[in-house]
Amino acid sequence: MYPSPPVTQQPSQSQPLSSQRLDVPDAQLHSSDNRSSGQAVKLALQQVNFFYGASQALFKINIEIMKNQVTSFIGPSGCGKSTLLRCLNRLNDLIEGARIEGAMLLDGVDINGPDVDITDLRKRVGMVFQKSNPFPKSIYENVAYGPRLHGIRNRAQLDQIVEEGLKGAGLWEEVKDRLHASAFGLSGGQQQRLCIARALAVKPDVLLMDEPCSALDPVATARIEELLFSLKEELTVIIVTHNMQQAARVSDWTAFMYLGEMVEFGLTKQIFTNPSKKQTDDYITGRFG
Amino acid sequence: MLTSFKKFLASGNVFIWGCAAGVSISLLMVFGLLLLIMINGLTYFWISDIVELTLKDKQHVMGQLAGREIIPRSITPDRPEGKGRLRVKIGNRDIYGLDFKWVNDDQIVSEVYPADVVLLERREWGNMYARIKTLNRGEAVQAEGNEAGWIALAPLIDAASDLHRQITRIEKVEIGSINADIEQARLKIRAFEIGNPSAPDTRGRGHIDDLKAQVVAAESRYQEKTAELEALRTQFDEYSVVMVDANGREKQIPVGQIIRALRPNEMGLFHKSWIYLANVWSVLSNEPREANTEGGIFPAIFGTVMMVIIMSLIVVPFGVLAALYLREYARQGVMVRLVRIAVNNLAGVPSIVFGVFGLGFFIYAIGGTLDTLFFPERLPTPTFGTGGILWASLTLALLTVPVVIVSTEEGLAAVPREFREGSLALGATKLETMLKVVIPSALPGILTGLILAMARAAGEVAPLMLTGVVKLAPSLPVDGSWPFFHFDRKFMHLGFHIYDVGFQSPNVEAAKPMVYITTLVLITVVVLLNCTAIVLRNHLRKKYAGSVL
Repeated sequence: MYPSPPVTQQPSQSQPLSSQRLDVPDAQLHSSDNRSSGQAVKLALQQVNFFYGASQALFKINIEIMKNQVTSFIGPSGCGKSTLLRCLNRLNDLIEGARIEGAMLLDGVDINGPDVDITDLRKRVGMVFQKSNPFPKSIYENVAYGPRLHGIRNRAQLDQIVEEGLKGAGLWEEVKDRLHASAFGLSGGQQQRLCIARALAVKPDVLLMDEPCSALDPVATARIEELLFSLKEELTVIIVTHNMQQAARVSDWTAFMYLGEMVEFGLTKQIFTNPSKKQTDDYITGRFG
Repeated sequence: MLTSFKKFLASGNVFIWGCAAGVSISLLMVFGLLLLIMINGLTYFWISDIVELTLKDKQHVMGQLAGREIIPRSITPDRPEGKGRLRVKIGNRDIYGLDFKWVNDDQIVSEVYPADVVLLERREWGNMYARIKTLNRGEAVQAEGNEAGWIALAPLIDAASDLHRQITRIEKVEIGSINADIEQARLKIRAFEIGNPSAPDTRGRGHIDDLKAQVVAAESRYQEKTAELEALRTQFDEYSVVMVDANGREKQIPVGQIIRALRPNEMGLFHKSWIYLANVWSVLSNEPREANTEGGIFPAIFGTVMMVIIMSLIVVPFGVLAALYLREYARQGVMVRLVRIAVNNLAGVPSIVFGVFGLGFFIYAIGGTLDTLFFPERLPTPTFGTGGILWASLTLALLTVPVVIVSTEEGLAAVPREFREGSLALGATKLETMLKVVIPSALPGILTGLILAMARAAGEVAPLMLTGVVKLAPSLPVDGSWPFFHFDRKFMHLGFHIYDVGFQSPNVEAAKPMVYITTLVLITVVVLLNCTAIVLRNHLRKKYAGSVL
């Protein structure tokens, strides 16, 4: 039903590694096997449980996210993929009664540790939301918002950051003549790319994208997907999507989640062509979900 | 039949008609009220012609027509039922004691509009309608007869107005500042005597002697000024006119007492329109005369606007901070819900209760303490321990803070969660998110609260009566003497002015137009203040377009 994913950049050496990874029991997933094969682990989750008050939303999540790769989370609605994503920059802290267990290591440091400054973490882990949410300010001010927060006052420096951010998000050519116009004057796709530019302007290591294209038309979606290929040169991208073709097209790695559990994680090509779990197979072939 | 009726009910047309009727009746009532106020208020400025009526009993009645009506049902024989009667403003209060007179139609023999009648607008005793007999300088007759007197009078009135202005300036500004100097020196001496450590100078007896010398110097300057005033006043009373009214009664009036002399019956439409505008301006810019029933209402306008502005400056920060805490920081639960209910109920507390609270807490407790701490030398005369514009504004701020809290909370709730998350995800702290994204987006809601608060505060009277409003304030809360803003001063207010002029005035009939005018001005002031806030809000809405969903 699905064409073989047109993944342009595939980690050449990971095919055997990944199948090996999937075979090992969950508890051993975070072994150092990956590092030995030359790929750096950016983010490692170990036995992560997450609770909204009394109800548990995530169960023993183990995953290793590779540096400079695009990883997608797929799964039916309510399976916890957005929750998991929002754990990664601790946006769930805002929710009353939210509680997290387990280790979440960003470059080897637990992000829930007592020494971690939450604003530093969010500066390193940027986020783009499902609904584009530019601030009610000008295009320029939207992009400059983050850098200003982090103490950059120099106008020339800000100008440069804004230009870089907008170029990084592929929006510069379209808006360079109206930087000081309201961001609400942009189209939906442009607004979403503006949000990407805004996230890029604080120079994050990791970019979380929560269904960034779900409200966009196919053309705007295609532009953002193209963007992902250039973004991963610089940073690690984690994208939550409902659209399985999209996951297949843009991601190097795919994680399938169901009912708060990580059912299967592996190379995108393998997940979509030869999944090892029946649930994954059923989902990607459209038998449920 | 029944089914079609049921169908008709179910179609909802009745409901729509009901809604439309509700709106129409509300609008009708509002516009009716406005129309009544405008008609009664705006006609006051028009100088109508002077009528001279000759009655059957050979009496003459001269004055401006103020109304015509069918005599209501009555049993008194001198008021025959069903016939018409006229209401005439006869003025000449010093002769007749009354401003208005009813004249029955059947008593009138003739009704003429003589061109030569003079209307004198006086500083005291209201208008006079009469003819000039002679114009005197001291005892000597300068001009005799109506025409000659009229020609000679005009330049004299101009000169008298100049003199009046000079006298007022000397009284208010020059003698006022001398008095302020004397009072300052007296207070310093007093402060030194009671050994108040906060007094500016405690350098010994020599200092007190200095101050006493200052007082003496100021008093001699005061004597000079009084002499100057005396001279001006004699000049002021030098000329006088003898007027003779329709019934031949004579009255001598010093020219200094005359504000304006007009002959309405020979004025054209253009001249009358010009007088109309001049009248409007004089009401808006002058101080009241004659127990507030005449003259202007400027101090009341000024007091109202200043009080509303001070109140806004106080209520917005407090209301916004409270709403921010309730909506953004407090843990949502029973406690917060109780606080919210309490705040909403606060808006329903009778305003007089706030007045009593203001009197007890602000004036007696806080004001009294301020006086003992900072102004002991002035005691027992209170400075802040008595009603004043600051306390009145604070009381009204308290009265209106629930409105601001409620609409700010609504404004905050309308800020999409995406904005907050977007900001937080960029590494902003909660405070930064509040200041840079949430509050700017909630500003239209905050301004809505301010608009409602201002409308309520400007129209409130009861609490003000306890906290600082007076019938006649000797000086404005802002003037040229240091420190320019006198928040401890009592002030005048349009709402209280309406009550005072309309219901506490000795001369109710004469005061009636003033009530309408004051009401009209109060409504206009509220509308203007609101328009300013609305324009500001729309500007912000445009700026943050899309933020208020």
